[in-house]
Amino acid sequence: MQVTRDFSHYVRDADEGLRHIDLAVEGVHCAGCMAKIERGLSAIPDVTLARVNLTDRRVALEWKAGTLDPGRFIDRLEELGYKAYPFETESAEVAEVAASRFLLRCLGVAAFATMNVMMLSIPVWSGNVSDMLPEQRDFFHWLSALIALPAAAYAGQPFFRSAWRALSAKTTNMDVPISIGVILALGMSVVETIHHAEHAYFDAAIMLLTFLLVGRFLDQNMRRRTRAVAGNLAALKAETAAKLIGPDEISQVPVAAINPGDIVLLRPGERCAVDGTVIEGRSEIDQSLITGETLYVTAEQGTAVYAGSMNISGSLRVRVSAASEATLLAEITRLLDNALQARSRYMRLADRASRLYAPVVHATALLTILGWVVAGASWHDAIVTGVAVLIITCPCALGLAIPTVQTVASGAMFKAGVLLNAGDAIERLAEADHVIFDKTGTLTLPDLQVMNAANIPADVFELAGRLALSSHHPVAAAVAQAAGAKSPILSAVEEAGQGVRATVDGLELRLGRPSFCGAEALVGSAALDPEASVVAFSKGSDRFILSVRQGLRPDAKAVIAALKARDIGIEILSGDREPAVKAAAQALDIPEWRAGVTPADKIARVEELKRRGTKVLMVGDGMNDAPSLAAAHVSMSPISAAHLSQATADLVFLGRPLAPVVSAIDASRKALHLMRQNLWLAIGYNVLAVPVAISGVVTPLIAAAAMSGSSILVMLNSLRARSASREIV
Amino acid sequence: MEILVILVPLALMLGGAGLVAFLWSLRSGQYDDLDGAAWRAIADDEPPQEAPLKR
Repeated sequence: MQVTRDFSHYVRDADEGLRHIDLAVEGVHCAGCMAKIERGLSAIPDVTLARVNLTDRRVALEWKAGTLDPGRFIDRLEELGYKAYPFETESAEVAEVAASRFLLRCLGVAAFATMNVMMLSIPVWSGNVSDMLPEQRDFFHWLSALIALPAAAYAGQPFFRSAWRALSAKTTNMDVPISIGVILALGMSVVETIHHAEHAYFDAAIMLLTFLLVGRFLDQNMRRRTRAVAGNLAALKAETAAKLIGPDEISQVPVAAINPGDIVLLRPGERCAVDGTVIEGRSEIDQSLITGETLYVTAEQGTAVYAGSMNISGSLRVRVSAASEATLLAEITRLLDNALQARSRYMRLADRASRLYAPVVHATALLTILGWVVAGASWHDAIVTGVAVLIITCPCALGLAIPTVQTVASGAMFKAGVLLNAGDAIERLAEADHVIFDKTGTLTLPDLQVMNAANIPADVFELAGRLALSSHHPVAAAVAQAAGAKSPILSAVEEAGQGVRATVDGLELRLGRPSFCGAEALVGSAALDPEASVVAFSKGSDRFILSVRQGLRPDAKAVIAALKARDIGIEILSGDREPAVKAAAQALDIPEWRAGVTPADKIARVEELKRRGTKVLMVGDGMNDAPSLAAAHVSMSPISAAHLSQATADLVFLGRPLAPVVSAIDASRKALHLMRQNLWLAIGYNVLAVPVAISGVVTPLIAAAAMSGSSILVMLNSLRARSASREIV
Repeated sequence: MEILVILVPLALMLGGAGLVAFLWSLRSGQYDDLDGAAWRAIADDEPPQEAPLKR
């Protein structure tokens, strides 16, 4: 059967006869990797560009049209030791990138204007206390206006637009007081300059915009980064399917290019990427990602299969059905929608702070003006003082308090192997006080492990591993990996649904079902784990039994103990059978567990805990966990999780250990603590500065010093989030 | 104080040049991969091509 790979979905035209493709690459993390990949790919003739982006873990490639098959790049990367997947940029990510660039441009303009206006302000401040002529001062003020007004008009756009949107929707947000403050400060300064006054606030207004833009940019950049991570995760899921395009010809196409009614081939060891019905073939399928059940299910003509199922033994032909027909998926999707709606009601710390902020500030300014008029001051002086109050209370430090901590903390979490999928995940994770773990794939490793390798002679085990390389069966893959086998036995023949056999040095080797190897007697006699799959190996007349099962994550026990030490409640909710869940719970010393739980039951349990006021962290990987991941206060998934779960989870952790769960909780608690501290710093600054402003003695110098002082203090405090502790016990 | 007539425009021009340079660097994608740029600075150059051995 002929197999072709179709990447045309991902390739786009670059300029002048060049073609472009973006690949997401796993495992790039240093200069060596970058150089290796770029050299390796550039060496292919006709490649004009090969550039690694280390931040996003992607490679951009360009080549002369019509000369190369993009599949070659992926093969070449595979030879170099990297797994690559074609990558399609989502429109949401494009928008985030554009927004991020626009903010950076605004920031550049505002920073330029601040520096130059400040250059003109300092002579005025020192001149006001010495011998500056009024004409010189006016000249400097006019020059400041010339720089500050156009710069503020450009760099203020993000704030003005958002404020306008809020006002036209008859609500208010943080940008309304900011815009009012900036516009009033600039307007008043122009009027004061016309009247040859001593003080103008051009510097304060533009500096305010600069600091706020720093905060906005950091926030946006984090959002862009989480979006890029989510995009890569989608690409790494390798969502391709083998579509039958002729009676004997298949093409490996992206799932997006598959329509209902198409027929796809599902080979042993492949994960199904579509929902559909089996029309031909017979096999066992592993639905643990969907239901949590670790026992294999028999699939034959008429059986419904869902995206995420792993095909174990035989080839299947599957007719693709529309997603809505798949009852299980439809059910999960419905639960997911409900749960997501509930979660969007969470209000972020920054929003809560800003909702209090605007009315207080505007009331203070108004009272100041009225108070001074009542006290006998002229309207002009009273308004100048009122504007000074608005300038001094402008939420410079407030705007930086949260994004700076988030940026630093997300960097620290990234180093600990945790990727953020949602911007407000840090705040919600910090509040979690109860953790629900799924068992299969979360507490246990997603791949299978050989449990009794120590009981088998090393040379025999190695031979079994080499033989196993010739099979696609996941159990065989586990044997090959455990044995560290590299070179396959060339003469090996796979018998579908039975096993693999080969003849080496006149001895027949067989690996597969016990019956296939004539080892039924051994299975009967050996007292083996009821959960394990048994595979037999025969070498000549010697027979061996290998027991293969999902093992617990290496540090699961330490992590559970560490969570207990932090006074966090723990329980297991699993869709798996009772003995399996019970065994895991006992091994990990978790008293609370439930087995055979359906997705709806999981949600019910989460809701019950919610009603009791518990903030639940759900850690799960299966499709059956997706609704409860969304329903929980905050959620986490391992990188091996089903696509749907990963997209729903707030955080994704990498690698085999479970430790990132604890590191993430620690890092986020520390971050939330720092955010609160920063907010208090910002409020404390206002409490000190506002009386000074109300009393009317604020000069532009005091405003500038107070503003930059508080902002720098907040930024320095945020940097403390960097030292997230790695120790978990 | 007439010197201001030269100094002020000069200062503004220098600042403006900085801004243009920043906008140019942004447009040419120099901020797209900050992590990678940090590593590229210390990456080894291409190994020199080994001359064919002649006897």
